[in-house]
Amino acid sequence: MIDFLQMVVNGITVGSSYALMGLAMVIIYKTSEIPNFAQGEMALVTTYFTYMLLHSFGISLTVAFISALLFSFFLGCLLEFTILRRAKDPSILGMIVITIGLEMILMGFVSWKFGAEQKAMPFPITAYDSVVIGDIYISTLELLTCGVVLVLMIGLFIFFKYSKLGVAMKATQQNSTAARLMGIRANRVLMITWGISSVVGGIAGLLIAPVVMQPYMMWDPLLKGFAAAVMGGMTSLPGAVFGAYLLGIVENLFGGYVSIEFKSVVAFAVIVLVLCIKPSGLFARHYVKKV
Amino acid sequence: MDMKRNYYEDVQLFSSGVVIFWFAALMVFLAAFPFLFKNYFVYVANYIAINIIVVIGLNILVGYTGLISLGHAGFFAIGAYSTIIFMTRLALPFLVALPLGALVAALFGFLLGLPALRLEGPYLTIATLGFGLTVTQVIGKIELFGGRQGLHTPDLVIGPWHLDNDRSFYYLVVFITFLMVIFARNLIKTRVGRAFIAIRDADIAAETMGVNLVYYKTLSFAISAFYAGVAGGLYAFVLRYIEPEIFSLLMSIMFLAMVVVGGLGSIMGAIVGAVLLSWLDLQLRNILSIPYLGQWLEKLSASYFSITGVSNIQFILFGSIMVFIMLFEPLGIFGIWIRIKKYWKTWPF
Repeated sequence: MIDFLQMVVNGITVGSSYALMGLAMVIIYKTSEIPNFAQGEMALVTTYFTYMLLHSFGISLTVAFISALLFSFFLGCLLEFTILRRAKDPSILGMIVITIGLEMILMGFVSWKFGAEQKAMPFPITAYDSVVIGDIYISTLELLTCGVVLVLMIGLFIFFKYSKLGVAMKATQQNSTAARLMGIRANRVLMITWGISSVVGGIAGLLIAPVVMQPYMMWDPLLKGFAAAVMGGMTSLPGAVFGAYLLGIVENLFGGYVSIEFKSVVAFAVIVLVLCIKPSGLFARHYVKKV
Repeated sequence: MDMKRNYYEDVQLFSSGVVIFWFAALMVFLAAFPFLFKNYFVYVANYIAINIIVVIGLNILVGYTGLISLGHAGFFAIGAYSTIIFMTRLALPFLVALPLGALVAALFGFLLGLPALRLEGPYLTIATLGFGLTVTQVIGKIELFGGRQGLHTPDLVIGPWHLDNDRSFYYLVVFITFLMVIFARNLIKTRVGRAFIAIRDADIAAETMGVNLVYYKTLSFAISAFYAGVAGGLYAFVLRYIEPEIFSLLMSIMFLAMVVVGGLGSIMGAIVGAVLLSWLDLQLRNILSIPYLGQWLEKLSASYFSITGVSNIQFILFGSIMVFIMLFEPLGIFGIWIRIKKYWKTWPF
């Protein structure tokens, strides 16, 4: 029983980092219907930027973090403004290819600049101190990640529901022509969406960095986060978080009881199964195109 | 582009004498290639030819049927492994094992095509991507496939010939590539190919006109996987040694990049894309040995970047090519060619 609970808790903590990446992808997909493969590498650039500030320039932690989040906001805006907006008659395939291209550019740039070896992020909270609750161990970093996910999710929910900008984003997604007629600058809203999403992804990157920090560090969270978002329906924020926790838990239970070897692929098997039953994910209403 | 006046003009293989001339010239060049160039270039040619096969297969799926796959490295791996297994365990000759291996890949393509019937856009992307990752992981865990250690290819003997070097293997690869290209080109002109194109342009309209979506979508996946399987089987013999790590997500991305750069929905485009990007890929692996540019990059890296990560420039370059092609010419190099041709056709008017 303790084993089981420990595995579930581990699943939730792993799921938290997937959830952040999933949230970031959902935010962009909600407004612009672009599955953003560059999300992970945008986070990677933010993480290495923070590392550079802390390591090479010796800036204090708070200042570095705040400037990193600002940087990631501008990075997101910049990518949208300079590249995504310029796409001619964008199709889904075209957008996927552009974001994959961006991903390769950013990753190539980071690995060129910093090399492929593992870096140590100077970070006060590590994955090696743990808190014991009952008989269950959670590292402080994982606790922090869970907390951040909760806060972010509630914050985003309030933002999308009550703030003017959030409602404008929803409006742009539902019908961008009508939104423009109502006086919303759809382009600018999209740009800000990218910025926000980039910040959420960047936070994920910063929280993963103390455990593993090398140019490939964001691939696994990105793919799992994407899978989680797809499972939740790609347009639903709670869906993405739920999907992420579900994936994390299933993965850990599978690893514990069935086979540790296939742990990393079980997520994708679950995804394919879920999509076979509910093609639009668990939380999105299935939309049938009418002629 | 050109005005087609009747059906037979559309299906004929050579539309004019000029085309026949260039075709003959290409054939002579391909036949003479191993005598004209060094061993390394023959190896490069084999590598490119194999990529051409995969990319044409992927183009049938992505460019003609309008579906998407980020899991083609998976089919590639299945083709490679099953060809070797058929040869070593069942002692089948290569020319039997290769199509059988490709058929195994096609079977998996059919299976992946089933969930793909209900999926589109990002959903289909993640499903195929997951398939590709799963295949390499699973292969790496199975003892029969050599696990992480990988497999060595057996000797390649066809009839009286013992194909033990790149030069002799070259003719086999080029011949098979030629067959696959012609097959794809003819397939597109048939009922099946037109059904694919109809599905890409408007699947609901196609279905109302009597195109069986279930049949043709899974068929498209199966054919595409068959191509990848054939290429995989050949690739194993180019490398002479395969391990699961080779068939990574990056490989799937590269295949997709080749399709997009060459031109969606065009056989010639696929060939050009495959040739260009595979050649760039091989060249950029040792970027520092390129004259002038290499030294400049070395200095630049030493002062501003890291010297160990200099090979990552190839990712920057590939990424930029993908982004710029999509931004400025969504039909790829083939689209550029069409535009040039259109412009000069009526020149000076």
